[in-house]
Amino acid sequence: MSNGRMNGNGKRSFKLMIVDDSNLMRRRIERSQQFEELQLVGTAADGVEALELFRRTDPDVVTMDITMPHMDGIECIARLVAMKPAIRILVVSALADKATAVEAMERGANGFLNKPFTDRQLNEAIAELMR
Amino acid sequence: MLYEQELKTFVEGTTNFFEVAAQQPASIGSPYLMEGAPAVHEYTGVIKISGKREGVVYFTAPKAMLTVLLMKMQENDFSHETMRDLVGEVANTISGNARRDFGRDFVISVPSVLSGEKPEIPQRPGQRSFIIPINWRSHSAKLVVSLT
Repeated sequence: MSNGRMNGNGKRSFKLMIVDDSNLMRRRIERSQQFEELQLVGTAADGVEALELFRRTDPDVVTMDITMPHMDGIECIARLVAMKPAIRILVVSALADKATAVEAMERGANGFLNKPFTDRQLNEAIAELMR
Repeated sequence: MLYEQELKTFVEGTTNFFEVAAQQPASIGSPYLMEGAPAVHEYTGVIKISGKREGVVYFTAPKAMLTVLLMKMQENDFSHETMRDLVGEVANTISGNARRDFGRDFVISVPSVLSGEKPEIPQRPGQRSFIIPINWRSHSAKLVVSLT
């Protein structure tokens, strides 16, 4: 991955942004991810909030829900990738159909995790994203 | 007429949530036809369906069950909003399963969440509704499938 940052200890670190319209799911992802190199820079409840947060915090890694009010995840992915092509996006969605996954990947997502998920599944998906 | 495979998709969407999110599977009771007013608990997640079929599918659960489910998910916030989020997520999973299995024949809405003693379920008069009990630990919720 090209856009990790070096921290003071000479290790790579990544800024993480969590986007989901459910408070519960945002907390779940924040609590369940177990990577020291991930630094949470903020959470957003929809695509519009996510774009604002992106401009302020410049995240490297994003978890993205699809079904959200105001701006859905598919459009948000396209806009984030247009602003920062090296950004890594993991879609975390209950939409289990292939068409949704394919569309998200075509817009620039790098991985897809179905809800509900276990801690292990989430961490494996994030690890894959940061490789 | 509700087909067995359709019912199975909705049931699996529901039980899958418990199995994965809480790491403890739910079991289902014998389905029965609803008579009278809609059967609801304190929190209800609703999806509307149109296209090949018309109607609603909803998951309704008591607060006590949702509280234990949140505990199993390592959640510390048991507020009204979190309860609403949780039934919304269950409904989301049901919706996602249906989209995967039924494809474009079914148009499935974004889930909405209702709470309170007598929430207004958008049902057509005379529409037959199947109730499937969802049993988990010592608690019981209902999955209601009301389609024509």
